[in-house]
Amino acid sequence: MQKKVFVQGLILAAVLIVPLLLNYMGHPFYLDLATRLCILAIAAVGLNLILGYGGMISFGHAAYLGLGAYAVGIPAHHWLYGGMDAIATTNGFVQFGLALLVSSIFALLTGLICLKVKGVYFIMITMAFAQMVYYLFISIAEYGGDDGLVIDTRSEFPLVNFDDSTQLFTICAVSLFFVMWLVWRISKSQFGMVLAGIKGNEQRMIAMGYNTFAYKLAAYVISGMICGFSGALLGNFTTFISPEMIDWARSGELMFMVILGGVATTFGPLLGAITFIILEEVLSTITIYWHLPFGLLLIGVVMFVKGGLSALIPKAGDKE
Amino acid sequence: MTALLSVSQLHKSYGGVRATNDLTLEVQTGELHAVIGPNGAGKTTLISQLSGNVFPDSGTISFDGIDVTHMVEHARPHLGIARTYQITSLINSMSVIENLQLAIHAKQGHSFKFWKPYAEKNDVRTAAHKYAARVDLSSRAGIQVANLSHGEQRRLEVAMALASDARLLLLDEPLAGLGPEEASEMITLLEALKGQQTIVLIEHDMDAVFTLADRISVMVYGHIIATGDPDQIRQNQDVQHAYLGED
Repeated sequence: MQKKVFVQGLILAAVLIVPLLLNYMGHPFYLDLATRLCILAIAAVGLNLILGYGGMISFGHAAYLGLGAYAVGIPAHHWLYGGMDAIATTNGFVQFGLALLVSSIFALLTGLICLKVKGVYFIMITMAFAQMVYYLFISIAEYGGDDGLVIDTRSEFPLVNFDDSTQLFTICAVSLFFVMWLVWRISKSQFGMVLAGIKGNEQRMIAMGYNTFAYKLAAYVISGMICGFSGALLGNFTTFISPEMIDWARSGELMFMVILGGVATTFGPLLGAITFIILEEVLSTITIYWHLPFGLLLIGVVMFVKGGLSALIPKAGDKE
Repeated sequence: MTALLSVSQLHKSYGGVRATNDLTLEVQTGELHAVIGPNGAGKTTLISQLSGNVFPDSGTISFDGIDVTHMVEHARPHLGIARTYQITSLINSMSVIENLQLAIHAKQGHSFKFWKPYAEKNDVRTAAHKYAARVDLSSRAGIQVANLSHGEQRRLEVAMALASDARLLLLDEPLAGLGPEEASEMITLLEALKGQQTIVLIEHDMDAVFTLADRISVMVYGHIIATGDPDQIRQNQDVQHAYLGED
């Protein structure tokens, strides 16, 4: 137990401190890399809530990243160029609130339909809804269509400045830790137990008297909101949002991270995101066909490492 | 005598197969009512309709005076109907106690409690241990269900139904696949429940059925051809034909 906590603490400290140190030593590139890592890890943690703990394999979670980022970009766009006065603002609270609101509504509406089906059909229908969002934003010329939308002004909060890359990174890292803690709490709660029961044997849970649909929907909405939040951070980080962010391949990358790191674990999505970002960075400098060795690695992990990467580090996973 | 469960003119067809055909059945409060019949008579289909997993084409099911014919499956346990499965259906990734805890929680309103750590719910844990003791699984409480023997899993099936505090237990072949020793343990358990619980028991083991049942209904091709106490059923001509053939 002591060793496990130590390793987990070490991972979190490394995620927070190493990029800041490298930045201080004159390598700002790594700070950017780590910011992106933290943002994607937040989305992976959100996806893990339904994919890992709930057994619902969503292939459309990039849609929430996109919705979150557009919820930052669109108000900023109108603030600068006029129109849509009701939402035209650079106020971070409004933008992030909008990101959470839009992603929860989208999750609720699509969840009502998606969760009626299971297995492969669920995978396909979540992907279909994400593609609908993808094509929706391609079709809106006002927001750049498939050229994307430049976010001229980052979200404005009191006390913190998102234009400062060190501060933005720190916010993203702390947000990541918070979201990991949040999902950990949920997984250990009574709701989490019911969710695990549904994953294990939904029919039995229904026969026991659980309205499993309602529990799955609640998890689905929470998961979507976490990814929407991640998207709002992503918009602030890249200062650019395009429909390409919503493409189904992006959803697949989030799934990679969760499965690679270890489903239904607190640290799995983070480890998956770290591995993904590092491999992407290292392999893509060697070959443009970096997806090939990456895919082989994923196959290897799935086939030979039960429980994903978090099971590799001794007692670092938190499945007790 | 009051009927806790009454089923009237129930029909259910799958394509051309009439799995339930004009079935009428009354189960009295407090009795152990066995339903027997040859393979394929539609016994499990009947249980599925009573528990709400399958809806009938026509006919009515009423429980304690309430029409539950079209009530959704997850609502019925809240009225007091609980079932077990012919093919063991538990949450294999969890321990015995966790399975029982979930069964207890199911009756206590909603479980949309996102915050408080589950492990701190001592009252429910205590209750779960009580149910584990009732089916002689105390020593196995912390074991993952997947690692239990078949007999232990079958007993847990029954305990799960008990833990939901049901007024009507629908037991679908609790003896299925059990060895002689395990079967006799299960029969002892059912004997202990008899009189305390209203039970609908589907079973192939005739010795067990005739020992345990207060009344027996015989089902053939989705239809109840006879209902009576064990002696009446033993002497019934139609039942003998159904089981032994016309000659």
